[in-house]
Amino acid sequence: MDPKTYKFDTLSLHAGYQPSKNAGSRQVPIYQTTSYMFDDVDHAAALFNLERGGHIYSRMSNPTVQVLEERVCALEGGTAALATASGMSAIFLTIMTLCNAGDHMVVSSQLYGGTVNLFRLTLPKFGIKTTFVKPRDTEGFKKAIQPNTKGIFGELVGNPGNELMNMPEVSNIAKEAGIPLIIDSTYQTPYLCRPFEHGADLVVHSLTKWMSGNGSSMAGILVEGGTFDWMQNDKFPSMTEPYEGYHGLSFAEEFGPTAFTMMARAEGMRDMGPCLAPQNAWNILHGLETLSLRMEKHCSNALKMVEYLSNHESVAWVSHASAPGHPDKELAEKILPKGTGSMIAFGIKGGKEAGAAFINNVKLASHLANVGDARTLVIHPASATHSQMDEATLKFAGLSHDMIRLSVGLEDFEDIVNDFEDGFKAAKKPRLVANK
Amino acid sequence: MKFKVRGIDTFASTGGRPFDKNKPLIIFVHGSGLSHMVWVLQTRYFAFRGYSVLAVDLPGHGLSSGESLKTIEEMGNWVGDVIGAVGCKEASLVGHSQGCLVTMECVAQHPEKIKTLTLMGGASAIPMNPELLRLAEESNPKAVDLMMDFAHGPAGHFGGHPVPGLYHLNVGSMIVQNKEIKDTLGVDFRACDNYKNGPEIAKKLDLPTLSILGAQDRMCRLKDGKILADYIKGSEVKIIEDCGHMMLLEEADQTLEILKKFIAEHYPLAS
Repeated sequence: MDPKTYKFDTLSLHAGYQPSKNAGSRQVPIYQTTSYMFDDVDHAAALFNLERGGHIYSRMSNPTVQVLEERVCALEGGTAALATASGMSAIFLTIMTLCNAGDHMVVSSQLYGGTVNLFRLTLPKFGIKTTFVKPRDTEGFKKAIQPNTKGIFGELVGNPGNELMNMPEVSNIAKEAGIPLIIDSTYQTPYLCRPFEHGADLVVHSLTKWMSGNGSSMAGILVEGGTFDWMQNDKFPSMTEPYEGYHGLSFAEEFGPTAFTMMARAEGMRDMGPCLAPQNAWNILHGLETLSLRMEKHCSNALKMVEYLSNHESVAWVSHASAPGHPDKELAEKILPKGTGSMIAFGIKGGKEAGAAFINNVKLASHLANVGDARTLVIHPASATHSQMDEATLKFAGLSHDMIRLSVGLEDFEDIVNDFEDGFKAAKKPRLVANK
Repeated sequence: MKFKVRGIDTFASTGGRPFDKNKPLIIFVHGSGLSHMVWVLQTRYFAFRGYSVLAVDLPGHGLSSGESLKTIEEMGNWVGDVIGAVGCKEASLVGHSQGCLVTMECVAQHPEKIKTLTLMGGASAIPMNPELLRLAEESNPKAVDLMMDFAHGPAGHFGGHPVPGLYHLNVGSMIVQNKEIKDTLGVDFRACDNYKNGPEIAKKLDLPTLSILGAQDRMCRLKDGKILADYIKGSEVKIIEDCGHMMLLEEADQTLEILKKFIAEHYPLAS
């Protein structure tokens, strides 16, 4: 006897939506509205006081966005989700729900540059400090925990160096300390890895990337695993003690496995308001419908690209967890059995100058500040996405000036190779190449 | 709030309001392996409109201490003791699934204390599938997956939670899995399977009773819910279309509206 609950591909097409409650519309409607009619004063009061479910104002929730939230939640195996205007706002909302002034976070050093800056420069303005730890330094995460530490945060596969955090072991460290593990799983999507199955408690995504795949819309999401016991210690009073903003409501007592998301919405969306536009939610939903198909092709193209680059005379080094000799290959095979994603970092011989020439002379690959598009993307992180980091921070984050970050797309592999050959050819003679 | 029942620490959600023993009391009793958290879309409403509410965690469940009670009869008696433990003399009861058997037993054992009875997704007997029972007693998570499958109607399997962002199947699953499965779900399923007094007790009930049934319920099928209602003298029956066993969440608004009318008529604030 097996449960007849829907599986991954079916959920990516159907979860969170019932046509019978939407005029029979097979496609999810775009509810382009700011607000929602109340039945009467009693109904309004009940909605505002979280006595019943429903929509009040699209800053807090919206029916189109709700479908996206439930769909991602179902794919991740979570209990609750909250979509936001971008991946960065999902991270900010998560930390602001988790921490108060005077609190501390332990964070993997290998992150998207914007996330590094959030923890290094912006959160200290709110009294929240961070200790960075190199992703492979599992013991370092333990040593960095302080009495006021409220969580561990990291990208499973670090951007852009492709170093893996040992999520199961770091999860054990977090559990021992009574704090949640938060994973930015943008690079993996739930198709490649469901972090809750490896000990994560909260997951964040930039939905702008592979989840959408079309590079059309900004969006982010926070997903809750329902696994973390907020009442196990006194570290999270805003979750466990009566909350003045809702007549003394205790989120942990009342909502249990969905408490964090409920608070992030009730407080964070109410007071900060980084809400997702319904049109953008609809665009992301379109991408999600083909997530499995796209991720399979992304990964197969990436494997071919690793082999091609590893054998290329112009390439000094290649970093991808599938590559022979990669220090995290064994760990990747354990927690990413379907593939290690389509992000590749490689060093080009000739350093920064050669890298610039390469990027300026590829024509099919797009030079831009995004990853996870259906199209192949390239960038030189030290001069773009991570350019606001100083030399020491760049080095600590594992970045080098010869590094090119490659997001492998869905094009025919031979066409990508032909394009790269043009780039490598130009990189050999950088001084003779005119900028685009 | 935490209080003692038979000397054991017991938790009950008061719906976000301080408990007041001078207000009319409504006690909500959850189903197998679950906790007070399933009632959040009913309890807060009544708590903010003049009632005192207790959505109890049965012993060993949710935030309550102690070991799970092993028979429906013991659970029914325990709910009766809750009323006195909080300084009240009477209450209205609302049960879901196993909680229906428990609340019927409570009425049978403490008829003087109970003013009205609401049964959601109930039946006079809840025999368990032997494989499901074995899996639950072995703490196999597959038992929870099967329970969530059976407990939600076809619509609920797609989602559409009344609270934006929540996903039905996984919320229920985590409420159960946050405890050792064999110690809560396993014990509860065995208690349901062993309980045979339902029809006889139902025939003797003599108080205002409401049955709320899901047309697509696969845990306690609609026909079994109707049979139970037929046993109970004067029982009202409300059927929610396109809804499974978890009507209190799947169709929380409809469930609340039905309950509001019943409570207003039979257990008004003035009483």
